[in-house]
Order: sequence, then structure tokens, then C-alpha cells
Amino acid sequence: MSQAERFTTIITPAQTSTSPRRARPTNYRHLFYSIGMQIILIGLSIVMVIPFFWLISTSLKIRGTEFTFPPVWIPRPAIWSNYSTAIFDSGLPFPRFLLNTVIITLANLIGVLFAASLAGFGFARMRFPGREKFFVLVLSTLMLPEIVTQIPSYLLFRNLGWIDTFLPLIVPTYFGGGAFNIFLFRQFFMSIPVELDEAARIDGASTWQIYARLILPLSKPVMATVAVFTFLANWNAFIGPLIYLNSIEKMTLAVGLLAFQGLRGTEWNLMMAAAAVMIVPVLIIFFAAQRYFIEGIVTSGFGGR
Amino acid sequence: MNSQAIATKKPQPKSPRSPLLRREAIEGLLCITPWLLGFLFFTAGPMLASVWLALTDYEILRPISFTGLANFSKAAHDPLFIKSLWNTAYYTVLYVPLHLITALLVALLLNVKVRGVGVYRVLYYIPSIMPAVASAFLWMWIFNPNYGLANALLNMVGLPPQKWIFDEALAKPSFVIMALWGLGSSMLVFLAGLQGIDKVLYEASDIDGANSWTKFWRITLPMMTPVLFFNLIIGIIGSFQVFTTAFVATKGGPNNATLFYVLYIYRQGWEFTKMGYASALAWVLFIVVLLVTLTQFKLAGRWVYYETEKPG
Repeated sequence: MSQAERFTTIITPAQTSTSPRRARPTNYRHLFYSIGMQIILIGLSIVMVIPFFWLISTSLKIRGTEFTFPPVWIPRPAIWSNYSTAIFDSGLPFPRFLLNTVIITLANLIGVLFAASLAGFGFARMRFPGREKFFVLVLSTLMLPEIVTQIPSYLLFRNLGWIDTFLPLIVPTYFGGGAFNIFLFRQFFMSIPVELDEAARIDGASTWQIYARLILPLSKPVMATVAVFTFLANWNAFIGPLIYLNSIEKMTLAVGLLAFQGLRGTEWNLMMAAAAVMIVPVLIIFFAAQRYFIEGIVTSGFGGR
Repeated sequence: MNSQAIATKKPQPKSPRSPLLRREAIEGLLCITPWLLGFLFFTAGPMLASVWLALTDYEILRPISFTGLANFSKAAHDPLFIKSLWNTAYYTVLYVPLHLITALLVALLLNVKVRGVGVYRVLYYIPSIMPAVASAFLWMWIFNPNYGLANALLNMVGLPPQKWIFDEALAKPSFVIMALWGLGSSMLVFLAGLQGIDKVLYEASDIDGANSWTKFWRITLPMMTPVLFFNLIIGIIGSFQVFTTAFVATKGGPNNATLFYVLYIYRQGWEFTKMGYASALAWVLFIVVLLVTLTQFKLAGRWVYYETEKPG
């Protein structure tokens, strides 16, 4: 009843024509209603999309022409080389930022998929004393403002000599993988019939075989959901990299952009090109994995009850 | 959904001392051991350390001494602490209700069956996943007092240009506008809630001759209160922690009008390396968030409607 079915209908509504369209008599009230709705929806779309359009438009302008008022919407000629200037000739190692971000994101992806699924498995399919209490503890950490633990954590990592390395941004992930992700895994695992585990046990499978060979292979949708959110969280992460990464070669895109602002902050065409470079992968992942974004939001949204 | 969660405990066929059950308990605990260690080392431990730090004058390169509640009395006389608390409260009070209302209205709009609704849903959702730094860049440029898009729009309708994020009075509302652009994820949670409402309720009210207005107030809104409550809690917790956009776009200016609370903690802790004071400030935030959340849960009984027992 399945939640999965409901998720897909949220973004791609089912074919709704209950009666064939041709059979419907012309209904002027309905027509006006549809037109009115379209006008409102299109108007709102313009509000949502215009900032992006403005971003791309500015990023293609000749240096200096971004400073005209009222603004020109379609730059002629379009200077695509602004992008290569922003990436390769800005005075900052932009490709390096990209590589660092990818490394941190991938390392976190592996950690989250392993640690959060294991904890979710424990909470969903094993019986042990204190299970419900521990799970409440997991959820309660979601409400904890990050900044409260940030200062002592910083001092801890400083004592370990981990400042200006990726370790503070990666290692904690391997211990739990994040409350939100544990929650998503647990919810999904609980929807798998327990009889499967029991059958496997009768056949002599150990708990770890059930986890690795039975449950995980059945859990690709939730793994994809967790993966897209982990990507997004790491790609967009700011305060962590800001605190822990000091040298230019270690920076991620998010803090690298900040350095970019310091260096070229008045060249808005380049600033917009740099911002676009950071945005494009997010859009690609979104369109490739749209469904999983929706699932995660819907599951967690309901989970808050 | 959660009732289902609790109901997984099966009747236990074996005695509690059965070796199988003991083994399951050990293996279950092993499953959550990585999380438990993480919780101890990266959450509980730091929280305890933070309490202790809050009671000291710790600065990174200087000897530490215990100062009791001095940090808290210092905060009470710190005008920037008061200002940042005020800024954050102002922002929260403006942003959270506006955000909830617009997200719900947009979700209602997108819950109807019109052509292309799937495309609209995607368009409205996308801004909410934008990287905060990139979107801060974009909005700094939109709010540029001389060449920005916002003033171009004002110009089109014949209004005088504004200084937006560089205007002390307009800076916080400008940040609210910026944040409202990202209403997409709350909108989707609302949309999911709307689609979860049992159609039978509407059909029954049709038979009773209710109009759309009545249906909204008597069915949709009451049924949506759990989702509203969830978005309210998440919205408040989030807006208390607003940081990145202000850090990038205004650095707290003009005249500290966008010095939000976490920004001030960051400044004390990492720019001035006053880790003791910053820890005390962080605890104030934690306690405020906790109190506000608990109050909301208390008040929830009065307005949040829960379907108690669903058959099946």
C-alpha cells in the first residue's frame, strides 16, 4: 500500500481522466477554472525560475556589462568563456575544490550506507533490551543544534591533529551514519516481512548473512534515497568544512566559493558562473534520482508524527 | 505508521533465558554499536565537555580556569548577544509562519488535477536543494542596490529602489524572502499529507452538500494539523540555526542587523577563539530550542488532530 506507490504519485500524478475526455460536455466553468489555475501556476513558476535565469544570464555577460540598469536579460554575445575563466583562471584551484568535495562525499556515502543500514537493521529486525529507548535517543539527536557539540568536537579533532584534513568530516559518519538515515533505513526494513528472516534462519543463515545477503539486496530504493540525501548534505555542507579546512588545497567547493568571493567578489559574471558550477551537479542528481528525493522527504515527514 | 513500529514485538515463544534470544540480543546490540560509539564520542561526550567549557574562560592558546557562571552573566550584559538573540527571534517569528502558510498554499495549488502539475511540482521544489553558498551568491546579486534584479522589478512598477540586505530595517525581511524561495521541501511534505487524506471524508461531505470552503476548514485543515505541527517544529529548529546565507552575504551587517545567533557563536568561538564563552552561548541556544519545542508539544494537544486508531 505501498508507500512506494504513493511516493511516485506525488511527483507524477496518475492519469486522472476518470472519464474519457471526448465524452465530457463542454463545461465553461471548468474551462475558466483550468485557465485560472494555469495562470497562477505559471506566474509562480516564473517567480521560482527567474533567479536561475538571472544567474545564467549574468554568468554569460562581458565583464562590466553586468552593471547596467535596468538589466539586460539576454547577453549578446554570450561569453561562455566566463565558465572556463571561473574554473581555471580565477587564481584558485577550482578543479581541486571539486575533487576534494567528491572525495569527501564518496567517503561519506560509503560510511552512511554501511553504518546507518546496520543500525537500522538492528532497530528494525533484532530484539534486544533497551531497543525502543535507544531509538528514541537516535531521534532526539535530530533536534540537537549542531553548534552545541561543534566546539568540543573541534577541540577533540584538534588534539588528534586532524585539523586541515578531511578526517573530521568523514570519520564520525562511520559511527552511526546520521540519525535521519538510521530512521529511513529502519522504516524501510520494517516493511519487509519478518517471515523472510525466519525462513533464512531455518535454512541456517546467520544474522550477518541475513543483513548482507537478504535485507540489503531488497533495500535498493532506501539505499538510493539515503545516497541522494548524503550527496546533497555533503555537497552543500558549509560550517564543517569552514571550521576544519584551512589551506586552499584542502577546501571544498562550498568554502572554496567563499575564497572566490574574497578574490573576485566584484566580478559578478564570474561569481555567477562559479555558483552555477556548484549548482549543476545538484540538478543532474536531482533529475536522475527525482523519485528518491521525494521518498526521503515523505518518509521523514510522516516520521515526525 | 509508528503504531506499526511498536507492534513488531512478537509474542515470545521461548523463555527469556533461551540462548537463541540471548544471542539475538547480543547481535542486535552489536548492530547498533557503531552508532552507540558515535553517540558517545561525537554527541554525548562533546555535550558534557561543552557544559564544562561553558563554565570556564577557555581560549585556545591560554591556560584555562574555572569561572562558574561568569560566562552567563557576561552574556546578560553583552549587547551583541542580546542583539543576535533578538535578530534570530525576529527572523523566526517572521519566517516560520510565512513559510508555513505559503508552503501550504502552494501545496494546495499543486494538489489539484490540472495539466502539467508534475512539472510545476519539480519547478517549485528545486530551489530548496540549492547549495546555501551558491544561493547566497545569487541573492546577493539579486539584492544588489545598484544593478540588482529586485530593484529592477521595483523600477518596473514605479517604486523607488531599496538597499535590501544592506539596509538595516530591510535586511532581515530580505533574508526571509531568500529563505521562502526554498519552500519546496516543506511544500512536498504538505503535499504528501494532502494526498494521505482519506477521500471518503470528502465524498461524505459532498453528500452533505458542503462547499469547498467548508471542506477546507472542516476536513483538510484538521487532517493536516499533524503535518503542520511537524513542519512547525522543523521550521523553528532550522530558523534558530540560520547561518550560512548570512555568513556569506552580509557577515552579520549592516550594523549587526543580520548577526544571527549561530553567527555570533561562530564569531566568538572561532574568530575570537573564546571557546568557553561560545560554549555558554551554544547552551543558551540549546535550552531555548528545547523550551520552545517542549512548549510546542504541550500546545499541540490543543490543535493537532491525531487519528487515534485506524482499523487494519
